[in-house]
Amino acid sequence: MKNRVVITGMGVVAPNAVGLEEFETAIRTGKSGIDFYQELADLNFSCQIGGKPDISSEKLKNYFTDLQLRGLKSSGIIYGVIAGTDAWEDAGLVKAGEETPDWDSGIIFGTGILGVDKFREAIHLIDAGNTRRLGSTSVLQTMASGISAYLGGILGCGNQVTTNSSACTTGTEALLMGFERIQAGKAKRMLVGSCSDHGPYVWGGFDAMRILPGNYNENPKETPGPLSAEAAGFIPGSGAGALLLEDYSSAMARGARIYAEVLGGEVNSGGQRGGGSMTAANSQAVQRCIKGALKNSGISANEIDAINGHLTGTSRDPVEIENWMLGLNRKKENFPYINSLKGLTGHCLSASGSIECVASVLQLYKNFIFGNVNCEKLHPEIIKQVASEKIPRRAIDIPLNIIAKASFGFGDVNGIVIFRKMTE
Amino acid sequence: MRTKLKTKYQLYKMPEKDILDTLKAIVTPYVQNKEGLENFNEKTDFLNDLKINSANLVDVVLDVEDEFNIEIDTESMNGMLTAGDAKNIILEKMS
Repeated sequence: MKNRVVITGMGVVAPNAVGLEEFETAIRTGKSGIDFYQELADLNFSCQIGGKPDISSEKLKNYFTDLQLRGLKSSGIIYGVIAGTDAWEDAGLVKAGEETPDWDSGIIFGTGILGVDKFREAIHLIDAGNTRRLGSTSVLQTMASGISAYLGGILGCGNQVTTNSSACTTGTEALLMGFERIQAGKAKRMLVGSCSDHGPYVWGGFDAMRILPGNYNENPKETPGPLSAEAAGFIPGSGAGALLLEDYSSAMARGARIYAEVLGGEVNSGGQRGGGSMTAANSQAVQRCIKGALKNSGISANEIDAINGHLTGTSRDPVEIENWMLGLNRKKENFPYINSLKGLTGHCLSASGSIECVASVLQLYKNFIFGNVNCEKLHPEIIKQVASEKIPRRAIDIPLNIIAKASFGFGDVNGIVIFRKMTE
Repeated sequence: MRTKLKTKYQLYKMPEKDILDTLKAIVTPYVQNKEGLENFNEKTDFLNDLKINSANLVDVVLDVEDEFNIEIDTESMNGMLTAGDAKNIILEKMS
């Protein structure tokens, strides 16, 4: 008998809002977190817009000690620690005492690359022959597992503490890995999530691939969004999302508030075969992932009320829609509601999966679907498959029972998770 | 980075007590046992009395280097267990 897994806490650091309450308001009202950055213009970026969460130095002091803040230059660690600590506290949990860690709680907190600004500082010192001046935190801030290590120490977790990495699938994958650990009875609580650094050294490579929009530097908040006819690439973002997964009986025993149940999901890869590549998804694999997620969750395709897609705003959006249509065997008026957060936050890269999981669970818990922005005119290929009312352009209030959340990443990797409203 | 307020001449003329006071200010952010600071003297042990994380000793060394405009090699750093050791190393490097 596998243990049931529920979500009892959440935290979010997104370009359009920091903190759960602000984030709910932002996605309900369609508040954009996309801005122009002079720094990107000065560096001759084609795309000079992006999404960065707004964190005051005052706020930082609530999460880090003065010592931790000395020389702290890893934006991913800053975002991840805030989101992770918030999720922990939102679940009503307290940090472990000085002597004994919480053996039943673990962390799987992913990232794509960590501490690039710290690493840049180190590179300059090393190239100048000043390696001895790097200080003690250069390694800690730039190792991939730095984020789970910081969180593990702050919260005092004594179960598995690790970092996963699967490009833009990272956050969704982390959730499923934590889910499986609780399901197998190896942990009572797993803090899962992901973070992404911000700035030119993270976004530059994508700009060079010419997959970012270059024509909206003057009016960043009007950049065509995912699903739109005019979408011309994804807006780069950053931030972190975190969810506290908990064994159902443990949550009940301590009377915790339950946001939703994780029914199951699937992760797979297209093997960069059959049309899949380093940067494009193999459609067969995506459809298998959808069907696998349904099977593992014990639900039928018709039970899905809404999908929170990967949908980035590139030419791949219509392909994703077609894969959902074929994977679920539902189309036109029978297609579930579908939306994408990336019009409001940009594509938060390795943080996208977890931030979007938080948005999905909020929708389920509060019975609404946030609107897709900047896509008044839907993509012609998409409109052939899905009835326009299934792609809300403004938030709608509607009872929801089951939401599917998908993330697809470079390397041809896929992750889909199924959330269900908690009824009993 | 710490602002350099003193010229090398001023540092050279600095009384030993002032060196200890400056050291105390430098280590304070790294100290986990704040009580250890109350009676900060030459015998104060960085790891045992102040509970400074051993990894942070390299940061203390960098801050000392910046403040006194000296360079402390690894061998000297390894012998820097107490405030008195640090004071002696500083005096030696400045002379």
